[in-house]
Amino acid sequence: MSRTRQWVVPLVVFGALAFVPKLTVDIPYLFKSSLNTPGTLQLLALCLVFGGLALTYDLLFGFTGLLSFGHALYFALGVYIACIAVTKWHWDFVPALAFTALVGVLLPLALGAVSLRVGGIAFAMVTLAFAQAGSILVFKNPYKWTGGEEGLGTDYTKLPEAFVGIFNTKNLYWLALGYAAVVFVVVQWAVSSSPGHIWQAIRENELRVEVLGLRPYTYKLMSFVLASFLATAGGVVYLLLLGGATTDVTGANFTLTLLVMVVIGGTGHRWGALLGGILYTYADHRLSDASSSHAVSQLPSFLRTPLQQPLFVLGVLFILVVFFVPGGLARLGHVRRPRTLQRLQEAIQR
Amino acid sequence: MSTFILLTITGLGLGAMYFLVASGLSLIYGLMGILNFAHGAFITVGAYGMWFTEEHLSGIAVLPRFLLGALAGLVVGGVFATLVELVLIRPLYQRHIEQVLVTVGLALATVALVIAIWGNDARAVAAPAWLSETTTVAGAHIPNDRWIEILTAIVVLFALNAFLRRTRYGLIIRAGVENRAMVTALGIDVRRAFTLVFAIGGVAAALAGVLSNVYFGTVDPQRGTSLLIFAFIVVVIGGLGSLRGTAAAAVVVGLVQQYANYYASSGLGDLSVVLLLGVVLLVRPRGLSGSFA
Repeated sequence: MSRTRQWVVPLVVFGALAFVPKLTVDIPYLFKSSLNTPGTLQLLALCLVFGGLALTYDLLFGFTGLLSFGHALYFALGVYIACIAVTKWHWDFVPALAFTALVGVLLPLALGAVSLRVGGIAFAMVTLAFAQAGSILVFKNPYKWTGGEEGLGTDYTKLPEAFVGIFNTKNLYWLALGYAAVVFVVVQWAVSSSPGHIWQAIRENELRVEVLGLRPYTYKLMSFVLASFLATAGGVVYLLLLGGATTDVTGANFTLTLLVMVVIGGTGHRWGALLGGILYTYADHRLSDASSSHAVSQLPSFLRTPLQQPLFVLGVLFILVVFFVPGGLARLGHVRRPRTLQRLQEAIQR
Repeated sequence: MSTFILLTITGLGLGAMYFLVASGLSLIYGLMGILNFAHGAFITVGAYGMWFTEEHLSGIAVLPRFLLGALAGLVVGGVFATLVELVLIRPLYQRHIEQVLVTVGLALATVALVIAIWGNDARAVAAPAWLSETTTVAGAHIPNDRWIEILTAIVVLFALNAFLRRTRYGLIIRAGVENRAMVTALGIDVRRAFTLVFAIGGVAAALAGVLSNVYFGTVDPQRGTSLLIFAFIVVVIGGLGSLRGTAAAAVVVGLVQQYANYYASSGLGDLSVVLLLGVVLLVRPRGLSGSFA
């Protein structure tokens, strides 16, 4: 891909998406109401946030070959730290943001430094364990900060006015779009920079990188911190979007969903991961709507019951993708199993 | 002192369930290199198989009903695991990443399906009254089901050990864990051993599901997932592919969890287990047993 095209395509795509809140078009079946209504914009914004988040996970998994089961932790970090700082400590929004950013760099730096000392499956397990520790902390509700399993609402008065209220949903949409665009550009820039080439070399053959006199550990840590920081930023956007923190984002299941998004879209493929996140979130929400629709309620019960659970449909879809479209939707045209998966397998088994 | 004894026995009971789940995980990983996320689904299927059978046998006395339910749970779990291996895992032979991904998808889909059919709420499971009574040991009132859990795990440990050491298939499995390529090169169809290991793991996981029904008195859709996470930790602490290491780690994890939950504060037990994993991995990256075999 030529240099100019590499930057022009995202510019056109994200630029075009910015006009969505101005459109009054009604797309039947795909959306419940016309594009500029708050309900639809909210759904689209959610899709974009998860699209960006899936891309940050792909930076780790697809581009560096690090199979982490704890990426949800850093997203939850953004959601909860920002929410607690504003609501429980009564900070203003800007200091809260700065503090969240600080934690979003320091914590992945510390945890990454520890967990990257082991590789492959052991790394996956340590990250899973750290994420689980985070989840337990949230449920345990220390000092009544996290709100336990009930979650935590945000103190609206501290948030910037432009992002509060149904009337401002279009601003939230632009914020989410901005997040997805920034993540895309940063990931694109990062993987084509010289450390980025080393990340991909580590994915391909870590031993060879070491033989060349480079320290894979340092580069893996860079990738880990960058991906985690971007995920934390996504958490803050998510907080503004939903106006509160819920425990869903802390669990191990949430990281598994990220993995599902990336694989459905296409591993090690920028557009693929973004698309995977968007499609997954869209399907998750629309399937819940569809399950209560008239058409579904007329089906016999052995069909209707499973359809009521979006996760069942998505899980089955995921298995089908793994079997029949091994490269993900972004590589639909290619029949062969992409080399990336073979490399990843080797990287993880070392 | 009596509290300490109660905590110890309860911790061992918990460790027994972790061992039942982790032994299958460990064998599957050791032999096939698959981190089996669907193992939680095996637990859930076994647990619900038991509950479902009990519900449909409401006419008869509690003890035969309980035993039949438990048996049905084990059979369903074993059959489910075997089918998973034959239908989903085997076609992806040698593609480990895809195999892991398939088990992830299966884990998510199974839990969702169970929620769709029986709802998110916990359901009460009938068990003989004797199990919920207590026996007094050195002043501590121990619920009787703890003994059953510990005893079952010990029996399974010995049975698995005997199977692995004394039978031909056990030999193939041990050799496969050691060096799969060599076993294949000697003309042995190692894939049959794969199915067998999945079936054994499925039955053991279903057994853990059945016992967890007794331990908690209820069955709920998230049980499998929460047991699975600790079982993963047990497998990694014990060393992947090692049965004895797994047993030792299960005991340690169960005890640490119980003690910390009581003596420090509730919830801290789970955290200290995570901490333990971190420390073990940093000091001995290959787990307590120090080898993969």
